[in-house]
Amino acid sequence: MQSPEPETVVTDEDTGTRPLLSVEDLQTYFFTDEGTIKAVDGASFDVYSGRTLGIVGESGCGKSITAKSILQIIDNPGRIVGGQVKLSSNGDASKNLLEMEPNGEEIRSIRGGEISMIFQEPMTSFSPIHTFGNQIIEAIRLHSPLDKEEAHGLAVDWLRRVGIPSPEQRMSEYPYQFSGGQRQRAMIAMALCTEPRILIADEPTTALDVTTQAQILDILQTLQKQNDMSIIFITHDLGVIAEVADVVAVMYLGKVVEIGPVESIFSSPKHPYTKALLSSMPTIDAAPRERMPSITGAIPHPQNRPSGCSFHPRCPSYMSDICGLREPDLVSIGTDQQASCFLYGRN
Amino acid sequence: MLGYLIRRLFYAVLAVWAVSIISFFIINLPPGDYVTSYIAQLAIQGNIIGAEEAESLREYYGLDQPSYVQYLKWMNQIRQGNLGFSFEFGLPVNDVIGERLVLTMILAAATIVFIWIVAIPIGILSAVRQYSIWDHTFTFFGFVGLAVPDFMLALIMMYFSFVLFDFSVGGLFSPEYVTASWSLGRGFDLAQHMIIPIIILGTAGTASLIRITRANLLDELRKPYVATARAKGLSEWRLILKYPVRMALNPAISMTAYILPFLVSGSIVVSVVLGLPTVGPILLKALVAQDMFLAGGIILLIGWMTVVGTFLSDLLLVWADPRVKFEGR
Repeated sequence: MQSPEPETVVTDEDTGTRPLLSVEDLQTYFFTDEGTIKAVDGASFDVYSGRTLGIVGESGCGKSITAKSILQIIDNPGRIVGGQVKLSSNGDASKNLLEMEPNGEEIRSIRGGEISMIFQEPMTSFSPIHTFGNQIIEAIRLHSPLDKEEAHGLAVDWLRRVGIPSPEQRMSEYPYQFSGGQRQRAMIAMALCTEPRILIADEPTTALDVTTQAQILDILQTLQKQNDMSIIFITHDLGVIAEVADVVAVMYLGKVVEIGPVESIFSSPKHPYTKALLSSMPTIDAAPRERMPSITGAIPHPQNRPSGCSFHPRCPSYMSDICGLREPDLVSIGTDQQASCFLYGRN
Repeated sequence: MLGYLIRRLFYAVLAVWAVSIISFFIINLPPGDYVTSYIAQLAIQGNIIGAEEAESLREYYGLDQPSYVQYLKWMNQIRQGNLGFSFEFGLPVNDVIGERLVLTMILAAATIVFIWIVAIPIGILSAVRQYSIWDHTFTFFGFVGLAVPDFMLALIMMYFSFVLFDFSVGGLFSPEYVTASWSLGRGFDLAQHMIIPIIILGTAGTASLIRITRANLLDELRKPYVATARAKGLSEWRLILKYPVRMALNPAISMTAYILPFLVSGSIVVSVVLGLPTVGPILLKALVAQDMFLAGGIILLIGWMTVVGTFLSDLLLVWADPRVKFEGR
């Protein structure tokens, strides 16, 4: 086991280095018999080395599809129809992942190698009929020249690092013999054993109880520091976002509507949607029996996207002369916060 | 594990014993016995037998005793490996069905292998390339295969193989090998003659296994563990074959157990049409003639083989899916 490295997280953002991963105007559509669903429609954000980007939004806003689009693992009938996903490789020019052949060798060496992913459902994310050892060793050997025994040793080591007791013995066990929390730990071990530069965590704690959730977040943060790894953390839980994220991107109907440092987002949200989302969080000083504030209206059906700014039918600051007519672009507000709303300039 | 095996064996013996009782008494249920049908047969040929003679015949065959005594006597013979005497053939049951049973089992094994080899790859292809031209084509032929009666398929294939290839279908051997003893040439002749029966007998099973494999695999392909495997960087075919296909194969394994009884009882008509020397036609004949030891012996053997087949497929399932546990381990 290696000892934790000292905490010298380089803030690339401050030093002006370019982002490790840059998603630009990503568009992923689902072509169904009933029509086209624009699951992701122009999402843009940057991920910096060693930092955590939190992506937050309601169910169906395209968070998970965005994550899967980065690795090109969209299920049928989904297709990435536009945008760029640029991964900078050490010193060289960056590679656009979307230009790679969908199941070609190049993208597969990045999947699970440079960019790993963990999922929401620890209960079903492992094959139920293969041992953990089998599945973790497979991940290691796909991305390294280690032989079976070396890979086994490394896998045991990683299971120990994520806090699974008697890992040697558990290597030969099956998922049904593990609890949800332990499976998610094993999942993290499997994702990180290839030492990826970026970890995409798609609602990794949603299915877990609060205590286990805290432990999993703790493990992720510790390992992030040890490996100087970037995390894209996807969740609908603002409390979790506040705890783990450095930068937060708020998504609504397939678009990033606001992005900025976590403190700015929570202390001075700019987009009306972000404001509404934050005010619908339960607070500890609410009066007893007080109604929880909620966002008016419902998420529109994805095939029935409102014209103009897609949030305008639910927006408390709706301006009839523009919001339903034109789509706002992300504009800078302050130093590093951006929001797409006509309240901040009619670009 | 060992305790489980012993318990399973005990239940198997119990099941077969129950089969023997039920089959024996059901065969005896219709009014009359073998002598009755024998007399009727003779009457057709113009020979009338007196009541006295009929009585002595019954005595000779032991049919005058109460049926439980007959059953116990039969069981006692079976204990010594003797299935009884066939009135109809005038031979011990063992001799009547001996080679036919071996041929039936060879045919069953070959049919299972055929079904697997054909249905599983097609099922996988249909699921992975859902709604492709291949999927639609195989779906069409799958339904045709399910809908066309076996015996009709048999007649059509017999016609075409005779007209187009001058290959006479019927039986499992060429005339010169029918009574010959086993040799390489006879085995090769058998293999040649088995091709068409295998295709005909396997068509319905293949069609249904294609549908089952396709439906199961479509379910499995949407499971999160497939996304996990994809996110690891596994190539598409490797991950499909390693994970969801393994999960979708369980029905193929359980299906194996009932292929044998199907081949014996469900395919009598095909066997008659194709002139296959399997036990199916013999069973039909025995039941018509109320040749109870022959019919009982065949049913007993089929029961035994079904029990053994189920047991083997259960063991295979445990091997294929670690979540299936031995009960009470």
